[in-house]
Amino acid sequence: MRAAPLLAVDGLRMHFFTKAGVVKAVDGVSFTVGRGEILGLVGESGSGKSMTGYSIIGLVDPPGRIVGGSIVFDGQDLTRLDAAAWRAVRGNRIAMIFQDPMMTLNPVLRIDTQIVEAVRAHADVSRESALARAREALVRVGIASPDERLRAYPHQFSGGMRQRVAIAIALVNGPDLIIADEPTTALDVTIQGQILFEMQKVCRESGTALIWITHDLSVVAGLADEVCVMYAGRFVESGPVADVLDRPLHPYSRGLIESVPSRNARGQPLRQIPGMTPSLLGLGAGCPFRERCASATARCAESPEVTEPAPGRRLRCFHPAH
Amino acid sequence: MLAYAIRRFGQSLFVLVLMSFIVFVGVYAIGNPVELLVNPQADEVERARATAALGLDKPFLEQYWVFLKGAASGDLGRSFVYNVPALDLILDKLPATIELAFVAMVIAIALGIPLGLVAGLKPDSAIGRGIMAGSILGFSLPTFWVGLVLIMVFSVQLGWLPSNGRGDTLAVAGIPVSFLTADGLAHIAMPAVNLALFKLSLLIRLTRAGTREAVLQDYVKFARAKGLPQSRVIGVHVLKNILIPIVTVIGLELGSVIAFAIVTESIFAWPGTGKLLIDSINQLDRPVIVAYLLVIVTLFIVINFVVDVLYSMLDPRVRLGGAAASH
Repeated sequence: MRAAPLLAVDGLRMHFFTKAGVVKAVDGVSFTVGRGEILGLVGESGSGKSMTGYSIIGLVDPPGRIVGGSIVFDGQDLTRLDAAAWRAVRGNRIAMIFQDPMMTLNPVLRIDTQIVEAVRAHADVSRESALARAREALVRVGIASPDERLRAYPHQFSGGMRQRVAIAIALVNGPDLIIADEPTTALDVTIQGQILFEMQKVCRESGTALIWITHDLSVVAGLADEVCVMYAGRFVESGPVADVLDRPLHPYSRGLIESVPSRNARGQPLRQIPGMTPSLLGLGAGCPFRERCASATARCAESPEVTEPAPGRRLRCFHPAH
Repeated sequence: MLAYAIRRFGQSLFVLVLMSFIVFVGVYAIGNPVELLVNPQADEVERARATAALGLDKPFLEQYWVFLKGAASGDLGRSFVYNVPALDLILDKLPATIELAFVAMVIAIALGIPLGLVAGLKPDSAIGRGIMAGSILGFSLPTFWVGLVLIMVFSVQLGWLPSNGRGDTLAVAGIPVSFLTADGLAHIAMPAVNLALFKLSLLIRLTRAGTREAVLQDYVKFARAKGLPQSRVIGVHVLKNILIPIVTVIGLELGSVIAFAIVTESIFAWPGTGKLLIDSINQLDRPVIVAYLLVIVTLFIVINFVVDVLYSMLDPRVRLGGAAASH
């Protein structure tokens, strides 16, 4: 029996109530993240992975709303919190980093302002001590000459540097969990590697848990402990990263893994999943992947239950691969 | 910066000279002021004397040259009608106009930015829609009509507010102002609201558009993800970004409010430069017309310069200009 996880998302459902109808952006997603653990949340565009992240940190904007499930963080169900209690959690115990570092920092505010306000939103400290913490956070993410950098504006930084600043802001209050929404997608490969390394190091050092949202399986392979795959807003399968990547059980995860170019299959055409992701607008019952799935049968028109085919593995499919 | 200021000054001078020349040509083409100034029964000798006294007997270009020489030493000529320096005439009336314009802008800013923020943050709510509907009215109703309705309602029917004049004034540094006395405030309220209405609607729409755009930006989401209170997210992160276009427009509009307060001043008999200009045009009082326009253009130039400075204070990307991004 493992200790209670830091975060347990159970049956989370987040829907957008648009004029055209209900969009089930997140529809029944469950996973857990232990303290200091790194979870890779994988899916393609529109799979609801980012929306899952926003739900956990309470940043779902209308017309979106959490309509079901629970998000238990350190023994507290976040979905029951009021606005003030949510605010106390955000940026303090759960932090988030976004995809595009060129857009996440406010262009008209100095770096010191943007870090100090994050500190002082949660701790009643003087500007001087907040500034000292800001400086320390910049050093931790590998920014040289932090004093000079604190007085600079975002446009004086490169993309990689801005993402480091965003990470420093996420780290500055010592959160238990960081949600990283594809933070390296917009960066050069070399910078991407540096940021990945830095994040991993910092999280290991401080025991911070990490949810790394990405569509890039190769990033997950090197970074995460556990992986959770999503498709069309629904949970697909999860398990230890090596197990899932080596022996995917769900036909979708298998297709996803086979779509990654590899040296072993040089010269052969790249496998791809036929068809396109379904529209989330008015998506009915049943497995959303069945239209594109080679193993699908009539039974797939019903929604499969989540099963536990092996210890630590969870799956939502009637026809798992063997 | 110095090179920029010098270039800017040169451009401004060019605009002033060009503008004065156009006005000279325009007024020259309209008619001969002597016809209006001397007694219709006056004889040729009398007329020639008056023409010579005003310097109108000289060729057109020479008249303009005389004016330019005078202007270089700060003399914009004497009013044909009042026989006092034209500039004194304008400077005497200008404080009233500037006061009216400033009070109108303060009303427009103090109401326009908060209302625009509310409308931008809650675009689909009843209050957001109500604000927008109101701003459409403010945009479309003609100033003179709103002025007349204000007088009808508040002066004639309710009898709450006086319909004309400045009321009691109080001298501040030798300049009489109305807004420091209760009577003066009562007098300035209606004309200022009347003048503010259009600018208010403009600011509401501008602020709303900026807000709607800004709240979707990642930096706003990131600010919220930091756990900042909503007041700081809106008051600092959103507002500071949307202020950049707003300050520009406020600056430009301040100039136009001063220059085009004419209609409001006429309706409320506000003793400002607008009325003076109308009278001067009717009497072909060329020195006053030219001096007025020069003063207004100078005001525009000064305001634009101040806006540029403010702009660079708000937007660090402008301030640092050529400084390259370091890596």
